[in-house]
Amino acid sequence: MGDGLANTAGHFFVTGDPLIIGSDVAIVLVSLGIVFVLTYFKKWKWLWREWLTTVDHKKIAIMYLLAAILMLFRGGVDAELMRTQLALPNMKFLSPEHYDQIFTTHGTIMILFMAMPFIFAMFNAVVPLQIGARDVAFPYLNAISFWLFFFGALLFNLSFVIGGSPDAGWTSYPPLTELQFDPGVGENYYLLALSISGIGTIATGVNFIATIIKMRAPGMTLMKMPLFTWAVLGTCIIILFVFPVLSVALALLLIDRLFGAHFFTMMYGGNPMQFINLFWIWGHPEVYIAVLPAFGIYSEVVSTFSQKKIFGYKSMVASIMAITIIGNLTWVHHFFTMGAGPAVNTFFSISTMAVAIPTGVKVFNWLMTMYRGRITLSLPMMWALAFIPNFALAGATGVWLAEAPTDYQYHNSYFLVAHFHQALIGGVVYGMLAGMYYWWPKMFGFKLKEKYGKWAFWFFNVGFYVCFMPQYILGLMGMQRRMYTYPADMHWTGLNFVSTIGAYLMGIGFLFIAVQIIHSLLHMEKDLTGDPWGGRTLEWALPSPPPHYNFAVIPHVTARDEWWERKRRGEQDAFLPRPEAIHDIHMPKNSGVPFLMGLCFFIAGFGFTFGWMVVGALGLLGVLACLAHRSLDQHPDHDIPAEEVRRTEAALGRL
Amino acid sequence: MTPRVHANPAFPWSHVIGFALSIVFTLIAFFAVTGHALAHRPLLAVILVLAALQILVQLIFFMHVGQDQKPRYHLWLFGVAMFFFVVFVVSSIWIMTFNTPMS
Amino acid sequence: MAVMMEEVLPKQAGPSRTGDNGPVRLELSTADGATKIFGFWMFLVSDVLLFASLFATYVVIYTHTADGPTAAHLFGHDTAGFLAETLALLTSSFTCGLATWEMHQGRAGRLKMWMGITILLGLVFLGLEITEFRDFVGQGATMQASAFLSGFYTLVGTHGAHVTMGVLWMSLILYQLARFGLNAVTARKFFIVGLYWHFLDIVWVLIFTVVYLTGVM
Repeated sequence: MGDGLANTAGHFFVTGDPLIIGSDVAIVLVSLGIVFVLTYFKKWKWLWREWLTTVDHKKIAIMYLLAAILMLFRGGVDAELMRTQLALPNMKFLSPEHYDQIFTTHGTIMILFMAMPFIFAMFNAVVPLQIGARDVAFPYLNAISFWLFFFGALLFNLSFVIGGSPDAGWTSYPPLTELQFDPGVGENYYLLALSISGIGTIATGVNFIATIIKMRAPGMTLMKMPLFTWAVLGTCIIILFVFPVLSVALALLLIDRLFGAHFFTMMYGGNPMQFINLFWIWGHPEVYIAVLPAFGIYSEVVSTFSQKKIFGYKSMVASIMAITIIGNLTWVHHFFTMGAGPAVNTFFSISTMAVAIPTGVKVFNWLMTMYRGRITLSLPMMWALAFIPNFALAGATGVWLAEAPTDYQYHNSYFLVAHFHQALIGGVVYGMLAGMYYWWPKMFGFKLKEKYGKWAFWFFNVGFYVCFMPQYILGLMGMQRRMYTYPADMHWTGLNFVSTIGAYLMGIGFLFIAVQIIHSLLHMEKDLTGDPWGGRTLEWALPSPPPHYNFAVIPHVTARDEWWERKRRGEQDAFLPRPEAIHDIHMPKNSGVPFLMGLCFFIAGFGFTFGWMVVGALGLLGVLACLAHRSLDQHPDHDIPAEEVRRTEAALGRL
Repeated sequence: MTPRVHANPAFPWSHVIGFALSIVFTLIAFFAVTGHALAHRPLLAVILVLAALQILVQLIFFMHVGQDQKPRYHLWLFGVAMFFFVVFVVSSIWIMTFNTPMS
Repeated sequence: MAVMMEEVLPKQAGPSRTGDNGPVRLELSTADGATKIFGFWMFLVSDVLLFASLFATYVVIYTHTADGPTAAHLFGHDTAGFLAETLALLTSSFTCGLATWEMHQGRAGRLKMWMGITILLGLVFLGLEITEFRDFVGQGATMQASAFLSGFYTLVGTHGAHVTMGVLWMSLILYQLARFGLNAVTARKFFIVGLYWHFLDIVWVLIFTVVYLTGVM
């Protein structure tokens, strides 16, 4: 019996590989360290009251940002391990199984648990402030979204130490991912973690559309909205249209695995390609979900640091909406090689190339905004500038890939790998870093010091080209993605080695960002102006960080760049609240239920992962109980007395 | 609200009409199919049109889409969602049935 | 949105709030209510696409019967069954609509009565569906038998799960109406569950047409 138990434990906890054991030890030590610090400084109550139960969009933004940076670290370590394995031919640095797991978790984490929380951090930090609202439309739902993301990510990362990681690629194609070929729990972890965080994502989509449509300050018509808010609106519309498709694809595969159905199996009439069809109906628009907010950030940053209004505002809005719709009609280019016939491939070839047109319009508008502007080369602007050539190359190689006949040549090669990294790093990551630097003072109340940030910028940028340019050539030379290793006589060695050096340079760049944040925390330089960059939109009219009700008095908007216009006319004081205009403010109460609901989802997900149906069902019952509790809650809100608001505003020096 | 509802607060005419229409459409579709009233393709077209009419009945007579406050962004988005419903279903047939026997 | 709670208390739908569209409805009488109804429409948008994916999968694999029962065989032997399900659900949509109408007349008692009838019709529908599924399984047509049956049970079952949620949800709102009375908040809550209920009818009409009628054609 003792043997049996040890055996079970051996399967339950991942053991064996020294790298994994080392990580296990590190995880345990860090967790213990966190528990110790919280206990020693008596911070548990603070953690619960200020963070775990918060419904404040500004705090939720900070939690998303922290999670995104942590996940960027984990995904980045995965990338460095992969590049080390590929640096030289016939390497045995990782075992083949471990390598499979790592490229799977790298892709999944970077897209769903790094890019998504990063954009949500920006949504939450900025949108309500930009449109003159006191919070999002549904603050409670917003907290639920965060905790579903959080527990989804936790479930996914848990696979690393308990039960084993998924290992079938981030795209998780059947029939390889069917039970027959991929027994074990790794794939279940993937399916359930993504499903849980996907529900949270759909809720975020609902929430921000409602926020933008219904919560704008008086006078802010749709065509007076800042472009970041427009981009968020487009993003959320895409989320509503395609995230349910991902949920269904994952659910059907899970039903195959748990209940023996035959959607995507090779027998009993299953059709694996239908999963691939559904996956990319979501998967391609997902690129636009990630990149549209980045486009919004570039619009804000370029305009602010050129001290000019954005060139071609209306064409920018039209481009966002065009991408929102056309982006949903391009997905088949991910499987041209299925051979769906010339008519199908031609249609999707053309629709894919069509997306390049609104994107090109946007790039020219950014360039025209900078033209004859008074450009300041601060960090956000540097990342925005670096984005343009980078993304232009991503777009150009994207059009190559969009040509169905030539795609047969590039398909699944390193050419593709280089292309989508260029789109997702050069487009999304650069955008998110620009946004992080730009709104950091607004979120935290102090600026990040530029010195180490510039080091980070140069290491990351140079590293990027060194890492990915060789991969285009490797792809054309026939190197396929997800290869564990390669023989020496392929002439791939030199380019692979250079690529690995580039990956290390990018890793150093990331470390400089970490150093920069720590250094700025230690030598904090508070932003007392609330407007450190000479901003143009409403968020810069508030103190940094804003009080939890944001606006003591909801502003009345008359112009597109309202704050800039006011400053130009010397009317900044119009945004200071008059004492008699301050009334009681109604705000939602904090609640621990969203956290508990996330926990219930986590329990359900963990149960179903291991096929423990009772545990899974209990978790779902818990979710229902949380929903009923909310429905029956008669007092979800409270008043902040006008007197308290006046005191807060006076302390901020605004009265 | 639609004039009809408020002109006759004594009786919910619009709901009764909607209900009658939905039953009639259902029965026409049902008996057309079980009685093989038409050849395959025209029959398919007829029942799909009837389904579309049914959806309109639900939206107009029961979900009161004509009475909502303007601007009706939610209806625009719902309409686009229905568009993508058709696109995803029809294009899936188009994409996935290449070279396979499907009636 | 909670921030707008100052407006939650029911306001008189007096002449000043009467526009071209007639008097303002109780569920829309607060900014909070209007925002939540808008948000629920956005949820429906996502649900449309959820069912789109299930339908897309079904139409791709419904001929893949793997020598098991076909749609014609399965649905053809008891066409009255799915017709009865359809009529039950259509009638429940009608009674739900009547409940909304009574709410707009301010008659809470009749509102609750029609809600109760709607819930009962929903249960009738679920009973018919469960009987049908048991009948099919009894003939060996299990979910594991073929891709067609996997698709059928998942598509129709997802709708059934939605109806189950709807029954539970509407019961919860009925309880709240009984407990707290008809006001701007409970009116909004009922209006939203009503939208959900009518939406499930839309989905069922598509299932009736695309799954059952096409199956027996």
